[in-house]
Parts: sequence; structure tokens; C-alpha cells
Amino acid sequence: MHDIILEAKQISKEFHDPVTVQVLTDISFSVQKGEFVSVIGKSGSGKSTLLYILSTMDTDYQGKLLLDQELMTGRSDVELARVRNEKIGFVFQFHYLLNEFTVLENVMLPGMKLAKYSAQEVEHRAMERLGMLGIGHLAKNKAYKISGGEKQRVAIARALINDPLILMGDEPTGNLDVRNSEIVFEIFKELTEVHNQTLLIVTHDQSFAERSGRIIEMEDGRIIRS
Amino acid sequence: MNTRLIYGIAKSLLLARWRQTLVAAVGVAFSIAMFITLLGFMNGLNDLLDGLILNRTPHVRLYNEIKPSENQPVNAAAEYQDSYNFISSVKSGISRQEIYNSGPILQAVKDDARVLGATPKLTAQVFFNEGTIEITGVINGVDVEEESRLFNFRDYVTAGNAIDAKNVANSIILGKGLADILVADIGDVVQVTTIQGERIPLKVVGYFQSGIQEIDKVQSYASISTTQKLLGKPANYITDIQVKLHELDMAPAVAKEYEQLFDIDAEDIQTANAQFETGSSVRSIISYAVGIVLLIVAGFGIFNILNMMIYEKMDSIAILKATGFSGNDVNRIFLLIALSIGFFGGLVGLLFGFVFSIIIDNIPFDTAALPTIKTYPINYNPMFYFIGASFSLITTYFAGFFPARKASKVDPVEIIRGK
Repeated sequence: MHDIILEAKQISKEFHDPVTVQVLTDISFSVQKGEFVSVIGKSGSGKSTLLYILSTMDTDYQGKLLLDQELMTGRSDVELARVRNEKIGFVFQFHYLLNEFTVLENVMLPGMKLAKYSAQEVEHRAMERLGMLGIGHLAKNKAYKISGGEKQRVAIARALINDPLILMGDEPTGNLDVRNSEIVFEIFKELTEVHNQTLLIVTHDQSFAERSGRIIEMEDGRIIRS
Repeated sequence: MNTRLIYGIAKSLLLARWRQTLVAAVGVAFSIAMFITLLGFMNGLNDLLDGLILNRTPHVRLYNEIKPSENQPVNAAAEYQDSYNFISSVKSGISRQEIYNSGPILQAVKDDARVLGATPKLTAQVFFNEGTIEITGVINGVDVEEESRLFNFRDYVTAGNAIDAKNVANSIILGKGLADILVADIGDVVQVTTIQGERIPLKVVGYFQSGIQEIDKVQSYASISTTQKLLGKPANYITDIQVKLHELDMAPAVAKEYEQLFDIDAEDIQTANAQFETGSSVRSIISYAVGIVLLIVAGFGIFNILNMMIYEKMDSIAILKATGFSGNDVNRIFLLIALSIGFFGGLVGLLFGFVFSIIIDNIPFDTAALPTIKTYPINYNPMFYFIGASFSLITTYFAGFFPARKASKVDPVEIIRGK
């Protein structure tokens, strides 16, 4: 018996600039708790566009999106920001760490925003996650002083700080060498197996996708394998 | 909690580009400092110039004007009541310059709660004799102590002692210009001829310098009793009562009231010196305008720097929004950055403005025309500092408003996908 975490109902999207192009057509699927889902497809198949709709950042679409069995479609910016903060963790191709802050502060930032725990607790939780990803010793470094692979792991720690319902990734290994990609994959694997974390990762790395629990393949804005 | 987090982020962004921040803050500080200095100096100058005349001018002057009667006898005649009477060659009647009943009037005016003080005065037209040459002049008979208290008389006596005019019998304080013409040193005796033809020796006990050359060439001062003696008049003979009020602005109303009450002519300071107010307000407007223009220029500087910062920090804004900061939070962060530049820049500006004011205040400014002024005048009105502080916040707020709004509207998807 699984809980449905994320559900897409007939999601369609068109780009109107410069000419109207149908990017997504009638996408419906759901993600269960604890699943490790990869979304693959060729460049331009609409997989990233879909991810940004699922992440609530893109609100310009038709159809319905449910997160944690609550309807996300049509909510205000402030509400959606709160949902993203609390329930969704992000890892992008680029790490997007704030250079002005230390590694620890970067990880703490979404936690401080949520304000569910005190500053000490958030710091403790951040250290816990950094330790789990094997980069606890970098906590006090400035974000721009660590290597690319380490940055991506910091970004994962940041995504996990608020215990999100679902972790979304947009080509999280796209910028990394083979060794670092492997490390990141292992982290994802561990998250889903040990911590029962739900993952939804967009990737074009075939071997990465094949080792995940479930593959959704897209072509021309439609799901062709699910 | 949220507020503190936003403060923290704003602070980090500010400090990360501290050179730019510094430039922006220096811009604000400079304009505020100039604003304060300019206003302080301009208003100091205004006060000085106004003081030159206004401080020495009574707020209300009571006197008897020599003029033809408005009620000519023909108008009172019953048979010509309904006709329009033309009278030519009207002459002033036998009226006296003296204020009738001066003692009680003076007392009544002094008892008025609105009045700071009142002092009697009489003037005598005389000739000063320098060998065979006669020089026309005016001797003002004044109560030296009251005149000093109300009209800063003592400040304008540049040599000798003002009070000697009262204490030394038959003494006179000459205008500096007049003394130069007469070649009279302090302690010398000058010969004075009254209009009645009497010749009286007076001892020079001081020089008087008003700052206005024309006045110093004709005016001189003596005690009331000396002047009365000069004119051969009794001790109750005075021609003017000078009134100083607590509130300058009430002068016209008070003048009108006294005119009715004492059946006398009364002139208020606003009517007598209308041009001074105009000059002061024009100078104030100019200095405010310059100060505000400086601030607006500084505001554009902040606007530019914030705009650049937003382009630079696009990634940071995108990730903040992706991880749950709303547009409002981002807006507040950038407004906070702008306002802190305004606040700290303004603070430093106020301080520097004050320091510049002190420096100007200590620059020697010696001019023969202004005996009481030793340094450049500065007005330290706290109002200027208040206006400066408010303006620095208001301009930086507006400078930050549009960039902050732009930042809050950044679409994270566009930024992140663009990579």
C-alpha cells in the first residue's frame, strides 16, 4: 500500500512565442511515496518543462497538479513558495549556491525560511545532512571555494534540509564527471532505499535512468513509456 | 524569524559588493552633507542679514505722524454735509511730534502679556560743528539698558562703553562714519547745534557701528535726559515708543489694536521691512532646491547600482525563489539594501554636514560693515537634519523601489532553464 505523493492530471502546455507550439500534451501520471523515478527523453521532448510544472514554479499550463493530494493549480505565488519551501527539494544541473554564504549557511537557508525549527536545530540538521553526504568537513568553507562535485552534494543537502515529500532533480549529474556522477547516484540510491525518499529526476543519462526504480520516457510532449 | 533571515541575506549581499555599496553610500552621504551645510550656511546668512535690520527694528513703533487732519472743518459744517467738498492747499495743523500721555501708554504696553518689552525714544535733528563746517545729524535719545536688552544696542557699540551714555552727563555715542568725519576720538568733546540754535558741547564716550554706512554717517545716540536737555523739553517728552513682542508674526494685529486703543500712529515691522522676508524666502528656496537635486542624483546612483546588483544576483534570486522565498521576500531584501544604503549614508552625511558647518562657523569673516560678526554665520537648526535624514530615506526608498520590484518578478524557471 503506497501513498500517492504527486499526481499530474491531463497537463498540457503551449509556448506562444514566436509561434504556438504544443510542448506538453495530456500528461497524466502519479508518483508513489518512496519511488525513484527517472524521466528521460530526447532534447526538446518537454521533460524539463514538465518538471518545472510539477515543481510549481511554472504555473502557465492546462490540467491539474496535485501534491500530497492537495490541488496546486491556481494557487497564489506566496502559497506556492511556501509549498516549495516545505514539500519540495530541488537539485539543478547547476548548483546555484550563494557565494556570499558558507556551505553550512547555504544548506540552512531554506530551513531558516521555513522557521519550523530554531536556528540551532536547523544548524544541527544541516550538519547531519552534510555528514551523511560525506562533506561535513566543508561546512565552514565559503561556497565558491569547494569543487564542482562537492557543490552538487551541498545542493542535495540543501534540498533535503526540510525533509521534503519529494526531491526533484533537473539533470543533477549533467555537469559532473563520471566519478562524481556515480557519487551523486549512490546518494540518491541510498536516499530512496534507506530513507524512503521519493525522487523524481530528469536526466538524459541512460545508464543513470536504468538503475533507478522507474522510468518515464517522453517524446514530443507525450509520455511513451511509464 | 523570517525578518531576521531577510536582514541577514540583505546584509550579506550588501557586504559581498562592499565597494559598490560604499560608492552608493558615499553618494548619499555627500549629498546629505552638502544639503546640511548649504542650508545651515544659507540660513545663517539669512539670519545675519535679517538681524542687521530686524533685530534692531521695533516690532511695533508708536508715534505721532505730522500730517493734515482728515476731518477738515468744512466737512463738519451742517450745510455742506451732502456736498462733495474740494479743499486745496491743505496744511498740517499745529500738531506735536510728542506722544501725549506717554507715561501711562508705556506702562500699559509693558503690562501687555504679548509684549517682551517697550522702550521710549526721542530723536533730535542737530548740526555737528567741525570748525566752520556744519554736518547734519540725528541724535537718538534712548534708554541704554532697555535698548541693549531688546535691540542688542550694546553689540553695535564697537568702541567705548554703551552704559557711559547714561552714566556720564552730556555724553554721546557717535556713529563710526560720523566720528571719522568729525575726527573725534573717545573722550573728545564735539559741539552740537540744535535747530533752535543752542550750542551744546557733548563728550564722546563710544562709537556706534550698525553695518550700514549711510546710517553710521548720520546717526548718534545719547541718553533720553541728555536729548531732552538738548531740545529744551521736559522729562516726559518722548516721540516714539518702541515695542518688541514675543511673537514677531503678531505685530500687524498688535499695531492695529494700539492704533485704536491709544489714538496714535502705529507701524508694524512687516510693513516697514517687507523686502527682507522676500529675500530670505528666496534664498531658502534656492538652497532647498540645490539640496534636493543633489539627493536625486545620489538616488539615481543607488538605482543604477541596485539594478546592476540584480543582474549579477539573478542566480541567487532564482534559487531563493525556487527554495521557497516569495516575490515579496525578494522585494523586501532589495528594498532593505537600498534603505540601509540610505540610512548609513544619510547618517554619515548628517555627521559630515555638522562637521562642515562647524568648520565654516570657525572661518574668520572680518568685515568693517559687520562689527559683531567674527566668523561666517551658520544656523544649526535641527529641522535641517531632520529633513536631510527623511530625504535620504525617501530618495533611497524610491531608488530601490523599481529594482526591487524587478527582482521580485524574476521568473526562476527562465533563469534556471537558461543555463
